[in-house]
Amino acid sequence: MSTGTSRRCGDFRTRYAQEMTWFPSPRSAAACAIGLGLLLLAPLVLKNYGLALLIQIGYLGIAALGLNLVTGFTGQISLGHAAFFGFGAFASAWLSNRHGVPVLLAMPAAGVLTALVGLVFGAPAARIKGLYLAIATLAAQYILEDFFNRATWFTGGAAGANAQPANLFGFVFSGDVRYFYLVVVAVVAMFGFAANLMRTRDGRAMVAVRDHYLAAEIMGIPLARYRILAFGLASFYAGVAGALMGHYVGFVSTESINILLSVQMLGMIIIGGMGSIMGSLLGAAFMVLMPEAVEGLFHALGLIGGGADKGLVYLKEISIGLVIILFLVFEPEGLAHRWRQTKAWWKLYPFTH
Amino acid sequence: MKSGLLLQFALNGLIIGTLYGMVAMCFVLVFKASRAVNFAQGEFLLVGAWLCWGFMSQLGVPLWAGFLLTTVAMALLGALIQAVVIRPLIGEPVISVIMVTIGLSVVLRGITLWIFGPEPKSFPGGSGGATVNLAGLNIEAVYLWGAGAAVIGMAAFAWFFKYSRLGLAMRATAFNQQVAQSLGVSIQRIFIVSWAISALVSGVAGVVVGVVNGISPGLSLFGIKVFPAVILGGLDSIVGAIVGGIVIGLLENLAQFVDGEYLHWGNLYVVAPFYALVLVLMLKPYGLFGTRDIERI
Repeated sequence: MSTGTSRRCGDFRTRYAQEMTWFPSPRSAAACAIGLGLLLLAPLVLKNYGLALLIQIGYLGIAALGLNLVTGFTGQISLGHAAFFGFGAFASAWLSNRHGVPVLLAMPAAGVLTALVGLVFGAPAARIKGLYLAIATLAAQYILEDFFNRATWFTGGAAGANAQPANLFGFVFSGDVRYFYLVVVAVVAMFGFAANLMRTRDGRAMVAVRDHYLAAEIMGIPLARYRILAFGLASFYAGVAGALMGHYVGFVSTESINILLSVQMLGMIIIGGMGSIMGSLLGAAFMVLMPEAVEGLFHALGLIGGGADKGLVYLKEISIGLVIILFLVFEPEGLAHRWRQTKAWWKLYPFTH
Repeated sequence: MKSGLLLQFALNGLIIGTLYGMVAMCFVLVFKASRAVNFAQGEFLLVGAWLCWGFMSQLGVPLWAGFLLTTVAMALLGALIQAVVIRPLIGEPVISVIMVTIGLSVVLRGITLWIFGPEPKSFPGGSGGATVNLAGLNIEAVYLWGAGAAVIGMAAFAWFFKYSRLGLAMRATAFNQQVAQSLGVSIQRIFIVSWAISALVSGVAGVVVGVVNGISPGLSLFGIKVFPAVILGGLDSIVGAIVGGIVIGLLENLAQFVDGEYLHWGNLYVVAPFYALVLVLMLKPYGLFGTRDIERI
């Protein structure tokens, strides 16, 4: 990642510690803090609908970050991420309903359970890669979907499972505003963990596996371990995100956990930028807001009513596929790259070359 | 009685498997020629079937004419997709190519849903009514036609690759792109032709399946079943694709038989190919006939 152009003039790095900060510059740390502060004030301005969208962006962003860890940072494509997302949602509902685990504990516990499942399905990653792995994870998606439909004791079968709202010492996280803060805390924790991971030996090993796995192996990085580890970690993220979704919606059904959701998650990291932590959130925001924009456009053009709005749901689906194709063809490095270029442009403003 | 039923399922499996083999062959063709994997193969079937249906119900042409029109339209579609979507990604990592074809599959499915609606429809003029009685077993006549067409198609493929100039050029490209290019083979043309053939043959398979079972969005699942077949046979082996397709077709129907008679799980036949897929990947990742990737430093 070359962020050189967006660094300030004279900001040379002379010690390793300077390369290993959480943020590329003190300014970006400040920007992030201000952004977070504004986000915390969002409930004062936004109505319930806006908050619902933000919550959706939050948990999908966590799931996308997990996928980015395995696909963007370790270079292992996964087409079954939605299945893990769904597993987390079901596991959390199951733990809290059947075993009386408090919801706030059930969520991370669901993440751990999902991570174990992910380790099982990630095991082929020790031997195969690229296309073969893509197909193996596709199989995982279908096998898990079948499991959800069959394991009535776990998921409630075709009827689905109810999920209770979270509560902490009697304080119930019901309603969009309270849940919004819960999601913000989760997002900060999960993104912070990922950002920290990339500063460590393990994180660098994962990137090395992606960039040149032969060279990485020669340098003594155990490939199989890091590939499987990345899968487990990605599943953990997906599981927690799924649990957040389940307890927000209050109901988990097998229908929403389909291959299209997996594709959507891959679309998020492509749009946001592979191998970019902030990009995962940007991509999730894009994917959540785009269908809204399509719908808004529909309304603006006066197409609602008559036969046209029947096509709206399909049009949303088409637009998902279309943005994936367009981004891959025209901007393969995603929104994060575009953002960096914008910053560089402002910094170099009068002399653009 | 049971053995008769078993035989019936096995025969169905063989016929369906031949169709799987034909679609898998297209997948391998594209993969061999351009190292691109096509996750939209199932949608090609869907689009082909709907196109033929559209020609027949809107233009009122008979089945054979609709069939011919479909082949032409599908070849054009395949060429167009290669030129517009796949070509800019030549040289990009394999993940990008996978993703772009997945995006394509979503777009194609959305468009067919939009135009033709989600309800299953049957071909005008009745579908799959006629059955042929073969030694006490009932087979739908259209399936028999389809299987026959698949066998003829495979023979045509064999001739094409062995004797025709274009086929030889395609094999040369698959063997070594740079050498083929330096000998005067137009790589771009090879890529376009391979996508066109792949789309065409998949469309034909889609029409055959559609005539028998009616057309519904679920038809694209047929294309997903191609993956177990190609993994079993080996990704870059045409013979492997055919063998893999037949084995998966048999397996699917035998699973349905075992499920219906003994286990009563409900939908074992849908997932059985995927369990087989995971098993093959664990035991023999390069399949029965695939070339092992040996990496040199």
